[in-house]
Amino acid sequence: MPPRGRVILSIVLALLLAAPMLLDRYLISIFVLIFFFAYVGQAWNLMMGFAGQLSLGHALYTGLGGYVAAMLWFYFGIGPWLGVFAAVAVAAAFGAAVGWLGFRFGIEGVYFALLTIAFAEFTRIAFDNMPFTGGAGGLFLSYDAQRSHEWWNLRGGPLLFYYLGLALAATATVLIAWLARSRIGYQWLAVREDQQAAMALGINAFRVKMIAVIISAGMTAVGGVLLAFYYNNLFPAQAFDINRSIEIILAPIIGGLGTIFGPVVGAFILTPLGEVLIALTGSLGLNAPGAKAVFYGLTLMVIISLRPNGVWPWLKQLLGLAEIER
Amino acid sequence: MTSILAVEGVTKRFRGVLAVDSVTFEVPQGAIFAVIGPNGAGKTTLFNTIAGVFAPNAGSILFSGERIDGLPPNEVCSRGLARTFQIVRPFPALSVEDNVIVGALLHRHDVGSARARAQELLRQLDLFEKRRQLAATLTLPDRKRLEVARALATEPRLLLLDEVMAGLRPTETDRLVAMLRDINRDSGLTILLIEHVMRAVMALASRVLVLDHGTAIAEGAPEAIVRDPAVVRSYLGDSAQEIGAR
Amino acid sequence: MTLAIVGNVIIEGVLTGLVYGLMALGLSVIFGVVRVVNFAHGEFAVVAMYAAYLLFVTLGLDPILSLLPIAAAFFLIGYALQTVLINRFVGRSEHEQFILLVGLAIVIVNGLLMIFGPDARPANLPYSFDSYAIGPLFVDKARVYAAAGALVVASGLFGFFRYSATGTAIRACADNLTGAAVVGLNIKRLYAFTFGLGLACVGAAGALMVPIADASPLLSQAFTLLAFTIVIVGGLGSMAGALIGGVVIGVSEALASLFWAPSMKSMVSFALLVAVLVFRPQGLMGRRL
Repeated sequence: MPPRGRVILSIVLALLLAAPMLLDRYLISIFVLIFFFAYVGQAWNLMMGFAGQLSLGHALYTGLGGYVAAMLWFYFGIGPWLGVFAAVAVAAAFGAAVGWLGFRFGIEGVYFALLTIAFAEFTRIAFDNMPFTGGAGGLFLSYDAQRSHEWWNLRGGPLLFYYLGLALAATATVLIAWLARSRIGYQWLAVREDQQAAMALGINAFRVKMIAVIISAGMTAVGGVLLAFYYNNLFPAQAFDINRSIEIILAPIIGGLGTIFGPVVGAFILTPLGEVLIALTGSLGLNAPGAKAVFYGLTLMVIISLRPNGVWPWLKQLLGLAEIER
Repeated sequence: MTSILAVEGVTKRFRGVLAVDSVTFEVPQGAIFAVIGPNGAGKTTLFNTIAGVFAPNAGSILFSGERIDGLPPNEVCSRGLARTFQIVRPFPALSVEDNVIVGALLHRHDVGSARARAQELLRQLDLFEKRRQLAATLTLPDRKRLEVARALATEPRLLLLDEVMAGLRPTETDRLVAMLRDINRDSGLTILLIEHVMRAVMALASRVLVLDHGTAIAEGAPEAIVRDPAVVRSYLGDSAQEIGAR
Repeated sequence: MTLAIVGNVIIEGVLTGLVYGLMALGLSVIFGVVRVVNFAHGEFAVVAMYAAYLLFVTLGLDPILSLLPIAAAFFLIGYALQTVLINRFVGRSEHEQFILLVGLAIVIVNGLLMIFGPDARPANLPYSFDSYAIGPLFVDKARVYAAAGALVVASGLFGFFRYSATGTAIRACADNLTGAAVVGLNIKRLYAFTFGLGLACVGAAGALMVPIADASPLLSQAFTLLAFTIVIVGGLGSMAGALIGGVVIGVSEALASLFWAPSMKSMVSFALLVAVLVFRPQGLMGRRL
């Protein structure tokens, strides 16, 4: 990384570490969401940006992650510090199932995407109808003020989730950076670019893609655990919803697919954008429900038309950081 | 002569169309062996069957004594049989260097060592200066050499070249021919090539197999093949007359 | 649970399925020819529903009849949309197309929300509660009319593709784009025409939906997924496949609703989708690729 990049990164990190001292509860909560979307965005970036597999059902993994950890806490008092392992395992298993079906049977592109949607929707409806998960009415995690110091059980205020979110997003970014330069990173890119040509060079495309989907699913599940214990409630209609899947992929695509900082930049743009638009439309007098979303949708259309490779590659050029990645 | 590749009675059918009909031949180790024939003769299908893209309907393919028919392409490559594609397939969004690194990573698990090998090959194929360029920006002759470099990076003992000279001007053809001859001579790499460009076949091959409508109709030294009436009749036409007359 | 009840449900499924099938036909045409992942498909259907609803409450125009002006309007909208916006995204990666159309879908659905609010708008047609009695079975008149309308429109489209010059040209584009360009077909214009036709189908389907369901912005996503499921199950590239797929999905949803629970009806559709993708990717009627 060029020195200029190092400096900017250090400054940003320092600011983020110190920020909570200056921000109010509302703004901190915005950051928690930014970090969440940056984190799961990186997980999705791994599968799509590097391995080239389009998943439009990633909410399956946040949902499963959240529910598994939440149910272990709800029914057995097992804290998320332990529950997260089960959450990751279950999500990874589902990811492996989706991957196996897709890759073994040569389901690609849009068809693979539809496969992932089908899995997420199927699971959503299943959870809606399974009483032990709380069903459609939802699962509620008790909040006991006396236990609010138990940070390992994710009991705590926004500050806890802020730093946890920051840690997750930072770790994920480092992981992506490392994977990008690793042997499997190269193999993913090869498979993404041209699977047949990659196989002619000895790459086992099936194995490599399975690794991508399993890691991606497992990583995403951790984000789900965070979200579940942050909001202390889970509803299938939200947790597995296709809108959540769409939310997850917006940051990495708008930020820059296949880049290391793209998902982070995307999250920093899109999450506050929603809030900014609410304020804007309010001040313009457009208070009808849906006004903010109309502008949000328009913004997406404009960005993808003007900057199809994402905002980060363009921003990199502007800041003179062009050689920052590989 | 030890044969590195033994193709025995290989047949490949596509829904009733017999593309390759019981072809048998052996490629001696260290040789440069050419497969020629008119368009539609089944040459690329034969290649694809050897490389593992298809499994033959009948027959066997032995690579250094081991059966490879029916194995997927990545397994075939990991055993030391690399191939290039008729229509070049570089990884467009990757740099020239990264393209070759992908190949080198097959046997070198460390990226640094793979990069070193890649750079060596790029120097050999005269692409070193362009190593940071995106593969998508290369001209056709450069792409062809990149494809060869990338295949060589997998450290093959046998290299399958599918019409690698197609679309090249005579000077570029000669350049690539020289490179291939050097590689064959210096490292003993066996080369099996499909070619239409007779200039390259005559300059490189020590042995030629002629396919027509999926069947092998002649095999032998290039000079003999060129004069074989059956071959001339099926394919060579003017070029042969011209070469034969020299 | 008598046979009559099951019979009623099946017939209901078939009739509704034909209207779904018409909607899916629009997607099949767009996806099959222009190869754009139209993730705003359901949103357009809902716009058409509202349009038909409005024409009904203001002019008293029966939705079955208003499908004509609505389809015509949608054709123009589709033609314009493809020319102005979507054309640049043809051939681009799927995720880029997806974001564009998801953005459009968000704009449309929230625009509808702003204008009409979230409450469902029923159209109280004179025949809304009438039914035909066929032996022990009762068949909703509304559904029969809607299904008949769907069949008429689909036949019209089929005839267009089979017998007209433009239709043949469009089929050529779908079959072999390079070849089509080489023989001088104006691809851009044909794509725009196709998108227009696709949206016209959706418009007609939306109008025909009004006698069957209440217009609501919340239906749009379900419609989009339904359309994709039907297209895959029925088979991309087959017009009959879209209708048959619609019927299959319609019946399976109706039966699932009856035997399990209404909230579970989509599970069967998604299970079918997965099964088709894995075992028979060309769908029921599609050509083997």
